[in-house]
Amino acid sequence: MPRKVIEASTAVAEAVKFCKPAVIPMYPITPQTHIVERISEFINDGDLDSEMIHVESEHSALSAAIGSSATGVRTYTATASQGLALMHEVLFVASGMRLPIVMNVANRALSAPINIWNDHSDSMAARDSSWIQLYVESAQEAFDTTIQAFKIAENKKVLLPIMVCLDGFTLSHVYEPVDLPQQSKVNGYLPKYKPSNILDVKKPVSLGPIGYPDSFMHFKKAQQDAMDNALKIIKKSNSEFKTRFKRSYGNGLIETYNLKGAKFAIVCAGSICGTTRVAVDELRKQGIKVGLIKIKCFRPFPKEDIIAACKKLTGVAVIDRAVSFGFEGPMFTDLKAAIFNEKKKPLIHSFIAGLGGRDVTKNDMLTIFKKISKTKKPITEWLLD
Amino acid sequence: MAEIKEIRIHGRGGQGAVTYAQLLAISSFYEGFETQAFPKFGVERRGAPVEAYCRISKKTINLRSQVYNPEIIVVLDSSLLESIDICKGMQSGGILIVNTSKKLPNEYHTHKVFTVDASHIALEIFKKDIVNTAMLGAYASVTKELSLKSIFKALEERFKRRPDLIEKNKRAVSAVYHLIQ
Repeated sequence: MPRKVIEASTAVAEAVKFCKPAVIPMYPITPQTHIVERISEFINDGDLDSEMIHVESEHSALSAAIGSSATGVRTYTATASQGLALMHEVLFVASGMRLPIVMNVANRALSAPINIWNDHSDSMAARDSSWIQLYVESAQEAFDTTIQAFKIAENKKVLLPIMVCLDGFTLSHVYEPVDLPQQSKVNGYLPKYKPSNILDVKKPVSLGPIGYPDSFMHFKKAQQDAMDNALKIIKKSNSEFKTRFKRSYGNGLIETYNLKGAKFAIVCAGSICGTTRVAVDELRKQGIKVGLIKIKCFRPFPKEDIIAACKKLTGVAVIDRAVSFGFEGPMFTDLKAAIFNEKKKPLIHSFIAGLGGRDVTKNDMLTIFKKISKTKKPITEWLLD
Repeated sequence: MAEIKEIRIHGRGGQGAVTYAQLLAISSFYEGFETQAFPKFGVERRGAPVEAYCRISKKTINLRSQVYNPEIIVVLDSSLLESIDICKGMQSGGILIVNTSKKLPNEYHTHKVFTVDASHIALEIFKKDIVNTAMLGAYASVTKELSLKSIFKALEERFKRRPDLIEKNKRAVSAVYHLIQ
């Protein structure tokens, strides 16, 4: 199939169609709604043979997804903001039971005050739920990553649920060209899901029953090991995707742009990476050596890749679109922690930007580059003007 | 043409400004451009002022901020001229395309102004004052960067589920294309 101009939400729905999940329990919430609508249309038109379960809340959506996935079938859902917050307790059940559920999050702020617009506070608040978190920049990347997510989650060395996060409105409602492949090509990349340890009446087992103090910690260690394995599997899935589809996103964990010879870099995630590229291009044209480090995978955190990317830099600005209130931006904390033990490390600055849909512009990025190239002290700043 | 051409569309909720931006992105893509379209993200209400945006470029479009300095502004409902600052942020030498039967006041003529009575055509063809598709014809005629063929292809794609609307919309686009000056 050729490239087509479609909405990023449609691109996500198309990806789901290509991956053919058996069960899709979903509850609509702005700005994820268009994903639910498109998938419903596909099912209605007979283009997708999935069971859509209309649930009464997001808590039920993920609970139904857990039940479905535990019976050994490919399972998908999507949510945003308050919906993800309402799922919170079951997020841990899905990951603890090692169920490879794929979920898109159309990132949106959390209330109060009520705000339907984009930032990363919803998914960042679910950081420690043992879900893999991937952030995307474009409609094409949303499509590609949703397909990759099934492959990564279902890998026997991983078996963890994945959130594929796309910026609500700022990306989810954008129309742009997307390359939609042939079904056979996706089939070649993503084999049929072969589950293990499923709920089966012919061979009854219990999944996720009580873990006593003598065993519980082993389960948690196994989850942590699976996250470590995921670092390799995500890279592998990205390079295999490149071989088949001629597209890739850095090494699957991080992507560097114009980092060669750069003294300063911006670190960010999601759609603002695109705007940062434009600022980098503009400064490079003026001979100013700056670059971008895009965090595609936030959990597991790609520590080694970050260390390598930061090695030759003098200053780094981390742009967070969420806040750990009482401390700082979550990516800023992680980046500092990742390189703490390195002998040679850049000065790391924190910028909080784009909360609740506040636009982040090329000029914001130019200003940040200017500020970090002129200081010898770490900056902590909220972009409020 | 600037590296990225930015277009802002003004309408009222229900008039199809968002669809206009999407159709402009789809048809300009068929014309060989890279494109991006998105609405002003908000809570839309019927009758309230609505904005939508389009970016058109020969190269990949990475920019994802909102549009502040459009080169072209398309106005679907001329009553908006009285209630909002339509030309806000417009680039100097920019193009203003308005659906109206009247001559615009002198203050607008610092821009390149084009007017067309698309409502008249829409009322004739659809029996409704819905001008968004018709005004694509105005864009094509004024910029010479979009062909009727590409618009028609976009209309066929968009109204796949409503084939009865395709021919009427094509007629409206053509009529405005030939009428505007």
